Amino acid sequence: MTDLVRTGNASHLIHFKFKNQNMNSGLIFDVKRYAINDGPGIRVTIFLKGCYLDCAWCHNPESISPKVQKLYSADKCIGCNTCVEACPENACELTPKGIVTDPALCKLCGICADVCPTKATEMSGRIATVEEIVAIVEKERIFFDQSGGGVTFSGGEPLMHSEFLISLLDACGERGIHRTVDTTGFAKTEILLDVARRTDHFLYDLKMMDSERHKRWTNIGNERILENLKVLAATGASINIRIPLIKGVNDDDENIEATAQFVASLAGEKKRVNLLPYHNIMLKKYEKLGEHFDPGIMAEPEKSRQKAIISMFAAHGVEAMVGG
Amino acid sequence: MFEQIKISNPVPERPAVAEGNFYKPLEDKIGPGMNPRIQRLRKLSVDTEPTISIERALHETAFYKENYGKYSIPVLRAMNFFDHCEKKTLYLGDGELIVGERGPKPKAVPTFPELTCHSVEDFHVLNTRDMQRYTTTQEDIDTYEREVIPYWQGKTQRERIFNHVPEEWKRAYEAGLFTEFMEQRAPGHTALDGKIYQKGMLDLKREIEENIAKLDYLNDPEATDKAEQWKAMAISCDAAIVFAERHADLAEEMAMKESNSQRKAELLKIAEVCRWVPAHAPRTFWEAIQMYWFVHLGTITELNGWDAMNPGHFDQHLQPFYEKELASGTLTREEAKELLSCFWIKVNNHPAPPKVGITARESGTYNDFTNINIGGLRPDGSDGTSEVSYLILNVIEELHVLQPGNSVHISAKTPDRFLHAAAHVIRQGHGYPSVFNADVYVMEMIRQGKSLQDAREGGCSGCIEVGAFGKEAYLLTGYLNVPKILEITLNNGIDPVTGKVAGIETGDPREFKSYDELYDAFLKQLNFVIDQKIRVSNYIDRMFAKYAPAPFLSVVIEDCISKGRDYYDGGPRYNTSYIQCCGLGTVTDSLSALKKHVFTEGRVTMDRLLGAVAKNFEGEEFLRQTIMNKTPFFGNDNDAADDIAVGVYNDLLAAIDGKPNIKDGGKYHLNMLSTTCHVYFGKVMGATPNGRLAGKSISDGTSPSHGADTHGPSAVVKSLTKLDHIKSGGTLLNQRFLPSLLKRDEDIKKLGHLIRSYFTLGGHHIQFNIVDTATLLAAQQCPDDYKDLLVRMAGYSDYFNDMNADLQQEVIERTQNEAF
Repeated sequence: MTDLVRTGNASHLIHFKFKNQNMNSGLIFDVKRYAINDGPGIRVTIFLKGCYLDCAWCHNPESISPKVQKLYSADKCIGCNTCVEACPENACELTPKGIVTDPALCKLCGICADVCPTKATEMSGRIATVEEIVAIVEKERIFFDQSGGGVTFSGGEPLMHSEFLISLLDACGERGIHRTVDTTGFAKTEILLDVARRTDHFLYDLKMMDSERHKRWTNIGNERILENLKVLAATGASINIRIPLIKGVNDDDENIEATAQFVASLAGEKKRVNLLPYHNIMLKKYEKLGEHFDPGIMAEPEKSRQKAIISMFAAHGVEAMVGG
Repeated sequence: MFEQIKISNPVPERPAVAEGNFYKPLEDKIGPGMNPRIQRLRKLSVDTEPTISIERALHETAFYKENYGKYSIPVLRAMNFFDHCEKKTLYLGDGELIVGERGPKPKAVPTFPELTCHSVEDFHVLNTRDMQRYTTTQEDIDTYEREVIPYWQGKTQRERIFNHVPEEWKRAYEAGLFTEFMEQRAPGHTALDGKIYQKGMLDLKREIEENIAKLDYLNDPEATDKAEQWKAMAISCDAAIVFAERHADLAEEMAMKESNSQRKAELLKIAEVCRWVPAHAPRTFWEAIQMYWFVHLGTITELNGWDAMNPGHFDQHLQPFYEKELASGTLTREEAKELLSCFWIKVNNHPAPPKVGITARESGTYNDFTNINIGGLRPDGSDGTSEVSYLILNVIEELHVLQPGNSVHISAKTPDRFLHAAAHVIRQGHGYPSVFNADVYVMEMIRQGKSLQDAREGGCSGCIEVGAFGKEAYLLTGYLNVPKILEITLNNGIDPVTGKVAGIETGDPREFKSYDELYDAFLKQLNFVIDQKIRVSNYIDRMFAKYAPAPFLSVVIEDCISKGRDYYDGGPRYNTSYIQCCGLGTVTDSLSALKKHVFTEGRVTMDRLLGAVAKNFEGEEFLRQTIMNKTPFFGNDNDAADDIAVGVYNDLLAAIDGKPNIKDGGKYHLNMLSTTCHVYFGKVMGATPNGRLAGKSISDGTSPSHGADTHGPSAVVKSLTKLDHIKSGGTLLNQRFLPSLLKRDEDIKKLGHLIRSYFTLGGHHIQFNIVDTATLLAAQQCPDDYKDLLVRMAGYSDYFNDMNADLQQEVIERTQNEAF
């Protein structure tokens, strides 16, 4: 599906029925404990795998595909050949550049990762059950109690796994755990509202206001995202807006001004805006996926520009801050 | 609290200017920031190189030559102390407000030849070693060789001890299975309660004399011994008074010659203060600080007890003086801060006394571990914080000196405001204050048999060890190298590093059929080693009671006066001996690796694993990587490893806790700390089954092995609290944080929540090392040791190790920018 997304407008994918999930289990690719930037308090963040968008700056490229993927870091590989010998499909080969996996043969069984002594080979994505996730989340309860934290479901796009996500939200809700959902906002409105009924707080990404530009940078137009945000705000949901701030992509006056106006016009309490300045520290992740990342014109806006942008939001009565 | 060890990351002393003084100093004003006086005093203190002063040794040698044998030992010791107080060269520096030095000038450290006599070679080593030098002039070395060394040869405490230790002990000691604190310095670890703010030396002397008057020589078999003790204590009170009076005289003399009227007034004030304290109970904030300082100097001049001396809950002791004077208008907040700053600098002027013998070669630290407790609980159980607590946090933040150490004490009653104020100081990245759980350590002390009130008045001194301040001798006896015990178990009692016998024969592990069999062998070695340790510690205890009593220290510790017994002889209300167990993480991970790979999964034979360990994993990188990446390690909230840690901890308790020492009902307890001894212990060890290479540090305190905790701080906290800390006398947890985790005020609050969570679950202590660029550069060199380094940025997080060199470089640059 990643390939599909990259070939053009992918808005139709919203109707895609994601087979790796149901109300009992879904595909996750990471769990982060002591997450302090994903909502109020100290949190545990569960990353669900698969995303409708394909943003040029994506910091978690392994989150895009809704399938298990094999990751490989040549610099950790000691060339022991163990995975080559262990692979039941003979898909691995040791070359001067490290291990090369033949995608036509690889069934993603994960045996290579299991036997790899150095974690040079790892599998991204595993099916986890609701029970399993709840047990992981429960381990952190003391930190929630002390800090007003809870669980954050992030991705990828967690709403892509709506049945699984709703089960998770219900299970955590029954246990009195604060729930945050970190979303691109690209989902069927009824699903978003269904999720909102069981969510205490949203982190809602807003990348840019012009739909054509949005499509150029993420492969998807933003009409539905904007519309969903309006609808969600009207329900009185607690929402923080997150904006990846990228020089040359969305940091221009026109976009910021439009964004500030839009955020200011949203129903309910004034939304706070978290600006997440671009960085390329995630490059290694692309390498592991065997993909190439081209930063092109993308760069982190200067600190002075970040300050100016905060002021532009302030002019509309919107509190914006870097980070969070 | 420190032993013969090289430290990997000494806390650097940086000049205030390089630190930007944190705040802009204001002309003619005392705050915020250091005023010019404090800046000058601080600079002098930081810039001065430690030197050795032979004056005390010369006085003492002359005194012993003339008087040894004429008096009982306690009286001899007291007279010797009096003699030195009467003769020693005084120092009263320009601009000083709090006065008194142990040596003739700042950072001049005396020697204590009655305990350990430095050789000429020792002085040369101390003069030239790479780090932590103490310089002595050739002239002084010659004098020492002529006057001091010949007299003490064969008569020192250290020689008395080493002449009597059993062969088994010597073998274990030489293998590095444990260290012995008391072979180098006198037992110490003493902190005070509030007594000296209520009673002056004259009041205490009166109590002593009343006791002497009541002696029943006809019926009390101990009457004579008590009389000698009390006489000695009374002489010590006089010594402290004489010492202060001499400072008063000097200040008056200097005032006469002083042309600057402001300084003249200050000198006259100093004279007035020194005439009043320590003879009488202090009346003002200034007198209270000077009172403590004279007592501090007295105890560290009389003997060189471990961990210097400690005022205990200094903020609580000073609060009544502060509030009274602020209300009456005789003191301002700024003046109080200036006096506290002067005191802080005084403590920094007193580096730890250097070691002798082969251990002098190893550099140590200048830190003498005075650890000032801030916050905590009051004896009545109420919250102990006050304005003085915040004032002290200001001083710590601004002065940024190596000594004194400081710690904040958090109970459920402590306001978040205080915790967050402390977290702001932590964020500066100096490594302090460390953070203690008052509710838990009160329970620890109650479990050890202290009264509720005494427990609440207690706290933590040195590193993390708990004691009833002002009422207890809680002696650290030495560090126990727990991973080394496993190492000799895996070699049937032989130390593989030297090939010599170090323990007992517990069987060839290649023959063991089960993990339990291996673990039983480990326990047998453990009990053997601990028994050796205890046996000699008890012996040394008696040697101190007999030959090196501390009558002045006994004056200030309850119930030495009422019992008529010395501090070292069961005089205090409570008498505890601690053994400090090191390397819980290393031993747990090693056992976990053996359990999983050899016994449970059987993928590796014992022979192969032991062979790989013996070869320092040379040619066995595959096995080493498999172990390091595919073994449950301590610190990840994984029961497979954590259960092993709990088992080892409980077995250490079973082997140590509650064993009698020989002092008035006193007992052995354990604490889990290593200070920097984990570095030394690592050096005497080969590779370990957890993949650690030969010579590398073992894990410190109760912290996970370096880099073994890869699930973030909350998982570490969960693992650590599976141990029942209340059964210890203190545990230690070091956590590394990148500055990016503490960027916003909100992050600081979350750090506070993390601490509260740890403490709610029963953790004893936590401290945070805010990672600097140097650490990140080290992480690039030795990635295995730094797997825990988590890089957090908004919307993104990763482990430092998982980044390639360019990106690591970027993080390093960001870290530089984010440093606070």
